[in-house]
Amino acid sequence: MMVPALLLLLTFCYVPMFGIIIAFQKFYPGLGIVHSKFVGWDNFKYMSEIPFIAQVVWNTIIIAFMKMAVGIALPIAVSILLNEIRMKLVRTGIQTLIYLPHFLSWVILSGILIDLLSTKGMINQFIHAVFGSKPIFFLGDNHWFRFVLVLSDAWKEVGFSTIVYMAAITGINPSLYESAMLDGANRWKQAIHITIPGMLPIIVLLATLNLGNVLNAGFDQVFNLYNPAVYETGDIVDTAIYRMGLVEMQYGLSTAVGLFKSVISLLLISTSYLLAYRLANYRIF
Amino acid sequence: MQSYDYVFNKPQFLTSVTITVQRVLLGVTLNMLLTILAAYPLSKERSSFRFRTLYAWIFVFTILFYGGLIPWYMTIRATGLLDSVWALVLPGAVPVFNIVILLNFFRGLPRELEESAFVDGARHWTVLLKIFVPLSMPALATLTLFCVVTHWNSWFDGLILMNHPERYPLSSYLQTVVIGKDLNQLSPQDVLRLSEISDRTSKSAQIFVGILPVLLLYPFLQKYFVKGIVLGSVKG
Repeated sequence: MMVPALLLLLTFCYVPMFGIIIAFQKFYPGLGIVHSKFVGWDNFKYMSEIPFIAQVVWNTIIIAFMKMAVGIALPIAVSILLNEIRMKLVRTGIQTLIYLPHFLSWVILSGILIDLLSTKGMINQFIHAVFGSKPIFFLGDNHWFRFVLVLSDAWKEVGFSTIVYMAAITGINPSLYESAMLDGANRWKQAIHITIPGMLPIIVLLATLNLGNVLNAGFDQVFNLYNPAVYETGDIVDTAIYRMGLVEMQYGLSTAVGLFKSVISLLLISTSYLLAYRLANYRIF
Repeated sequence: MQSYDYVFNKPQFLTSVTITVQRVLLGVTLNMLLTILAAYPLSKERSSFRFRTLYAWIFVFTILFYGGLIPWYMTIRATGLLDSVWALVLPGAVPVFNIVILLNFFRGLPRELEESAFVDGARHWTVLLKIFVPLSMPALATLTLFCVVTHWNSWFDGLILMNHPERYPLSSYLQTVVIGKDLNQLSPQDVLRLSEISDRTSKSAQIFVGILPVLLLYPFLQKYFVKGIVLGSVKG
């Protein structure tokens, strides 16, 4: 039964893995992999010498960590608040609304964001009306770009992330709340002493699994929002690989950077799965 | 409504919708078939399927390690699929994450059901089609929703695997229209111009058409996906 799936994986996932040979070549498409000249570690040496790559790796790590911090803290807070809403209709209504953006693509959301955040867009009109300050071009300003990335990512994914936390809250034994109420604990105390400890195993698990994503800062989002003015703070490994490979045709260098990323990601993901297994007895299959 | 008229009469918009519909139909069918067919054997115990762990790792390893953009592109080019709708369907035809979710779901089903079926002389195919598939409808609905959304929203593969812009699927076409910047040719003046977007209405109209199917499909499947995600992802 698995044969068709295995054949497709072989063709489209395992065959490209051998393509990493290009990382060790001065590759010309006309010559192909067989005839292109081997240059050993030259591409990697070159990669480590251009400051641009270090900047890009650094941007990636910063953006990814900012997203992770927000992406863990905010859904926890939102699910605790959602859990406090007693009217079921209101709660499910809010849930429906906040899950939705997860299903929209970054192409669409970026289109909307570019419009909202432009110098004549709604946000700037609002800022102008309230503070009377000059318009800020959020998507072209190195001070703002990372915050735009983190906040818009949070807006898109927070709702969807609450699903798992809400499930964890539902799993908490109701008698714990009853006895706490008898002892005079208010809502706030209950949240801190019962709900959060009850969610802790899931929080630890998801935080651990997230470690594998340190080099994934979100290609779809960055690619659709960035522009040369914010390369300094917003260019990430994946967008750089794309530009070097498919725009500037530096196949060897692009593949070398890609291999560098793949190897580190492999190590990170394996470590995170191992940690998750040790800490939370989590198994992939 | 004028801008909707304009959008719907644009030939490229219409062809891109056709290509997207094709890829969603082909892609999702293939995704789901392969997911079910792979998840069933992988959900078995080692006693009945000896190399289960090895095969499972062959699948999971593709999540862990990625050959890279350029090798991936060259492989697809070598298969001669460029410019055809199959280039958008086949490379991503095996959704390994979904297989893992479904196999975990399958393992949660009561063992006695299949055992009694085997005692009555049923074969694996019968057990899969008559017991596993009907019992996994919530999980299958969730995964179908994910696959539809993934195919509908994919834009990058269309952008690089289709040589002719007339062959772009809707999301790639929208990407060129709405984001519309070729990084090669962007001068500082262009960046400035980017900050003062014009032709908003026609763009908004196209964006709206682009998200309409997701908006329509999503409320109906919502009750399933919440269940499906929780069942598949957080176990023990």
